[in-house]
Amino acid sequence: MRAFTAHEGIAAPLRLDDVNTDVIIPTNRAIHVAKGSLGRFAFEPLRYDEGGRERADFVLNQYRYAGASILVAGANFGCGSSREMAAWALDDAGIRCVIAPSFGDIFFQNCCKIGLLALTLPDDTVENVWDELARAATPRMSVDLSALRVTAPEGTRYTFGFDEGRRDALLHGLDDIGQTLRHADAIARFVTTDRYARPWNYLPAPGPASHIHSEKTDT
Amino acid sequence: MNQPRTTFDKIWDSHVVTRLSDGEELIFIDRLLLHDLTLKIVLPDLEARGHSVMLPSQAAATADHVVSSAPGREMLSDSRTVDFVHRGRDLAMRHGIRFFDVGDPRQGIVHVIAPELGLTLPGSTITCTDSHTCTQGAFGALAWGIGTTDAAHVLATQTMVQRRPARMKVVLSGTPQPGVGAKDVILALIGRYGASAGAGHVLEFMGSYVDATTMEERMTLCNMAIEFGARFGLIAPDARTIDYLAGREFAPGGADWDRAARLWLDLRGDDDAQFDRELELDITGLQPQVTFGTGLDHVAGIDEPVPAPSSLPDAGRRDRLREALTYMDVEPGRPLEGLAVDWAFIGSCANSRLSDLRDAAAIVRGGRVADGVRAWVVPGSTSVKRAAEAEGLDKVFLAAGWEWRESGCSLCCAINGEVVPSGQRCISTSNRNFVGRQGAGARTHVASPAMVAASALAGSIADPRKALAR
Ligand code: SF4
Repeated sequence: MRAFTAHEGIAAPLRLDDVNTDVIIPTNRAIHVAKGSLGRFAFEPLRYDEGGRERADFVLNQYRYAGASILVAGANFGCGSSREMAAWALDDAGIRCVIAPSFGDIFFQNCCKIGLLALTLPDDTVENVWDELARAATPRMSVDLSALRVTAPEGTRYTFGFDEGRRDALLHGLDDIGQTLRHADAIARFVTTDRYARPWNYLPAPGPASHIHSEKTDT
Repeated sequence: MNQPRTTFDKIWDSHVVTRLSDGEELIFIDRLLLHDLTLKIVLPDLEARGHSVMLPSQAAATADHVVSSAPGREMLSDSRTVDFVHRGRDLAMRHGIRFFDVGDPRQGIVHVIAPELGLTLPGSTITCTDSHTCTQGAFGALAWGIGTTDAAHVLATQTMVQRRPARMKVVLSGTPQPGVGAKDVILALIGRYGASAGAGHVLEFMGSYVDATTMEERMTLCNMAIEFGARFGLIAPDARTIDYLAGREFAPGGADWDRAARLWLDLRGDDDAQFDRELELDITGLQPQVTFGTGLDHVAGIDEPVPAPSSLPDAGRRDRLREALTYMDVEPGRPLEGLAVDWAFIGSCANSRLSDLRDAAAIVRGGRVADGVRAWVVPGSTSVKRAAEAEGLDKVFLAAGWEWRESGCSLCCAINGEVVPSGQRCISTSNRNFVGRQGAGARTHVASPAMVAASALAGSIADPRKALAR
């Protein structure tokens, strides 16, 4: 996983609540466009009109926010489907950090896994940041994960909380599987004990095209 | 001495492999489920990172999202997805993972087949690369949706690093009127408390309504926990849970069965267990529900007027509702009843099981789909389809002008090339009414199987209570 320590860049205010992952990357794009090329389609329904022209009212199309790498969004950002392509699409679009009052649970976990920082600030703080972004000469912000601090365009500083284990993994860009396999012995011990307690939990290897099918149906 | 515990706590505690720093725990995962969309992402990712599958027999996969639902399907309805099934099948085989392919009587929507096959067991931890994995919480399993990178982690380590979610108790009491079912109950709950009220929580559904419901209704309730913002929905196992599982292919057999069943009944939460939040809904007198907008909180009873954006206090919500009503071409200020529909869809992991098809058939029997409406039944699994055919339900639908199709996700997510055309209106038993969900520009009204059946016959959104009274 890519590490995240600190980042400074243009920040775009996305003043919308409940932006779901179907909006962040529409299903047909998520499925038919390769990772690495999804950026163009991020927020496709908000970004383009029916004729495929850029909508002037969408913040990432505006000159002022061109090249934004930080997104400041409304509550429940990334709700809906578990598609990890939503996080990939933002990443492909050059977004390194998303700030919102709250996130869809699964989306949040997915961001952590790819080194995209998703952090929460309270509702009213997000409102203040939006206002600063609109007022400032240049809407630049910085985010520092080691210091747990966000600096808004006019210099206002906000601290944020972040899960310590996750923060460590992000700061060092640790491979999650490698990290967990340090506990391989504990996992093996768990399985040994559990096989005794719940033998039925452990399924036999699938036979080649087994024909023993359950005939039970619902009544 | 022991702290009273919720059902969730009991399952969680029995799966802690080790405690990590700062409240994170390494949780053992009993099952990983994959499907045609994610096999070809997860397994190559695992290979590229130089890891292998730790316990392949604990994983299973099926073909559901991209497969055609055309009767007697010979080929895929979208040739661009050929690779998903073929490559997915090869990868599953190479890694020793069970794959329920088209043609296998066990094929179907992942959250429908897992319980049917007894892969979903009480007290277990189940992850799947799909947000509606919460469906399986109906069995007293801790089941949740994860991304593909996390799925690779589960395959390689049989664990996940997790922090305990907050606990929410959802008490559902009362008796529903005829024509009102679990879909209406969960929609009403989302309508009342909002689409993100459950965020960060595990929901435990309980109360007199839950006790009296069937396993299939419980699955519908838990299916939409994610539309309430919660990754997990959970119902403590009881005698119905155990009856349902007896004799299923992967459920315990022989002497194990009695031992397992005893353990499962012990998973009921302790009486004085503490929750972080408690919600209640009395469903006595609840009307059939239908969504009017592009979020699941945009929902009303069939007799209730669609709210006007100006009636909302918050500017953000107002804008969102205004845009939703424009997209949906719905007029505020009056009920949806009577609004003409072009499509009716019965399917998806929310409502495509045998009892759903029976509920719909009870209304369809002897009727006729209105002119100009395309009406589809897409059973949730091949086994649901066969069971329905065995009792003649296919004939009821076909005689009324419905299409009787093969199982899969189909119009729920419109990934397989089957779409509702732009601008057309579909009343659907699926679980999401998001913009473009059933096809670019398609308008979706989420409702129960009974309402979808009644609406197909009427040609417009209809009250199933009236259809039943006929
Ligand atoms: S039926 Fe719909 S919600 Fe369920 S798994 Fe398939 S696409 Fe997802």
